[in-house]
Amino acid sequence: MTKIAFPKMGDYHIPAAYLLSHIFPNDEIISPPNITAKTIEIGTKYSPEFVCTPFKYTLGTMIESLNKGAEILIQMGGGCRYGYYAELQEKILEDLGYKCKIINLVTKGETNIKRINKLLKQINPKFSKLKAIYYSFIALKMVKYMDIVDDYIRENIGFEQIEGSFENLKEEMLVEFSQTKNYYSLYKTYKKYLKKFHKLKVRKPDNRLKIGIIGELYTIMEPFSNYYLEKSLAKHHIEIKRFTNVHYLLFEKAKKAKKYQKYAQKHFTYNMGADASDNIARCKYLCEKNYDGIIHIKSSFCTPEIGAMPIINKIASIYQKPVLFFSFDSATSQTGIETRLEAFYDMLEMRKEK
Amino acid sequence: MKDCYLGVDIGSISTKGVIIDENNNIITKAYIWTEGNPTNAVRKLLDILKQKLPKDFQIKGIGTTGSARKLIGLMLKASVVKNEITAHAIGTLTFYPNVRTILEIGGQDSKIILIKNGIITNYAMNTLCAAGTGSFLSSQAKRLGIDVEKFGDYALKSKNPVKIAARCTVFAESDLVHKAQVGYPKEDIIAGLCKSVVLNYLNNVGKGKKIVGPIIFQGGVSKNKGVVKYFKEILNEDIIVDENSHLMGAIGIAVLAKKNKTGHTYSLEMKNIKFQTKAFECHRCPNSCELLKIYRNNELVDSWGSKCGKY
Repeated sequence: MTKIAFPKMGDYHIPAAYLLSHIFPNDEIISPPNITAKTIEIGTKYSPEFVCTPFKYTLGTMIESLNKGAEILIQMGGGCRYGYYAELQEKILEDLGYKCKIINLVTKGETNIKRINKLLKQINPKFSKLKAIYYSFIALKMVKYMDIVDDYIRENIGFEQIEGSFENLKEEMLVEFSQTKNYYSLYKTYKKYLKKFHKLKVRKPDNRLKIGIIGELYTIMEPFSNYYLEKSLAKHHIEIKRFTNVHYLLFEKAKKAKKYQKYAQKHFTYNMGADASDNIARCKYLCEKNYDGIIHIKSSFCTPEIGAMPIINKIASIYQKPVLFFSFDSATSQTGIETRLEAFYDMLEMRKEK
Repeated sequence: MKDCYLGVDIGSISTKGVIIDENNNIITKAYIWTEGNPTNAVRKLLDILKQKLPKDFQIKGIGTTGSARKLIGLMLKASVVKNEITAHAIGTLTFYPNVRTILEIGGQDSKIILIKNGIITNYAMNTLCAAGTGSFLSSQAKRLGIDVEKFGDYALKSKNPVKIAARCTVFAESDLVHKAQVGYPKEDIIAGLCKSVVLNYLNNVGKGKKIVGPIIFQGGVSKNKGVVKYFKEILNEDIIVDENSHLMGAIGIAVLAKKNKTGHTYSLEMKNIKFQTKAFECHRCPNSCELLKIYRNNELVDSWGSKCGKY
């Protein structure tokens, strides 16, 4: 029996744990603990100083999982520095004296079934391929449904009539998702909850503020790392539009890359790595769709996004839309964020009134 | 009895208070040092304002802004608590409706506010560090043995300002020490410091922003003639510095308090009010939130710092 663990990002640990526990029914899956101030403290302590913040968060979670007894860690990679996370983290953990193995499912931003099959065999050679395919399908569908529901929540949570109604219902849904038996039951639960969400009372004024959030993927998707930005926007009764989610990264990104490039060809010619070029196109889209403001968030030292920032600034000044830039680090002060957000909100209100 | 409105701007270095009447005329004003104790500073400030305020006025609204706005807002039971960016913009717009750019350098932060047709269109605030803000200047003044208030006069004397690497406070300080030890005259070093403040501001906060006139410069540092001179030189535009430029935040929040009338009459008497804060660390989860409980007359009015919302 091996103990398997993986880092945390948003609520996606639920489908991940679901998938792993069904592929490897005889092994123990350690669901990542909630990210706390302690996690980032540990992560920062053992990370290179100028590495991007998601590295610190994931390393912190990995160490916390290892302390719980994890033996195998699963990590992925992407088209930026994220591509080196697994190797570097393995080295750091080895130097710290942990006996563990990191399995990197995606290298150089690419992967295929053959490779994954090989890697999964390393965890447990006796796993059933058929089961793996079936449960991957369910897990991916679960991700898709979660993302659809999240999109709906983001648009409406700022206008809920009963405080906490959306969050409570979502928690309920996630619990039921994690207990799903087969695809049919998953689909039924999803439909049931979607109906429930649509039934929740909201009061949306016509002149509501709409904000688009763009930026680096981990910071956007893990609320702890963006200091619960979406929550505080919702408190100000703002409708939020966000593009990045796991479903987008897995299935839509590749398809949309060309479309985006054509759409924003005035502003960039070559792919800028990670989500930078996507964000430029999204910025243009948000401006054209008459959103009131744009918030660009990234972790400190995120190179692709740093490259995108001046272009985003330029697009926003062409369309005369305000953009707020945030760079989150392990040492960011909460008050600074609050002051800037408050001022941004006041500014949007003033612009709307005139 | 005539109505009037109090605006309090509690900054990191100084605390400002202004009382305005219905027509935005300043009745009384006060400016004192915060000295790291905002509640005490506000008590002192209110004492000064109370003595200066003519007897036939009654306070109909209180607004607070600045970094201690929340705390003092609770203490004074303020009707409006707003961030300093909005307060500065509103304050400036009441006196200069045509303003296009507001440059503001305060004690611990610096900001730029762009305005078009009386609406804020964009703003930025320093993110990196406190290089080139008031607290940096005052600590350097202490090092050179000069009062901060006289900094501007010294800077104007210099014909040949030295270059100081002001990207970061720590580097600037070591560069400054070096220049002093090598033997540059004090005026030139001070002028160089003022110039570096301007360059650092434009490269950091003002980056990518189109600075169009009329430009208004405010915040405590605007009282420094040296900095004003170099802003004029580098931007090649006229810079307006209002005589109340350091009070603009307080004026703005007083105007906002006037707009949001509650119908309540406030008193400036603070002697009978006990105001306490108690800090402790919660250990229920590894977040170890630092919590702050605020008591007004021994009654818990608010607590801050909790991530989970339990407190």
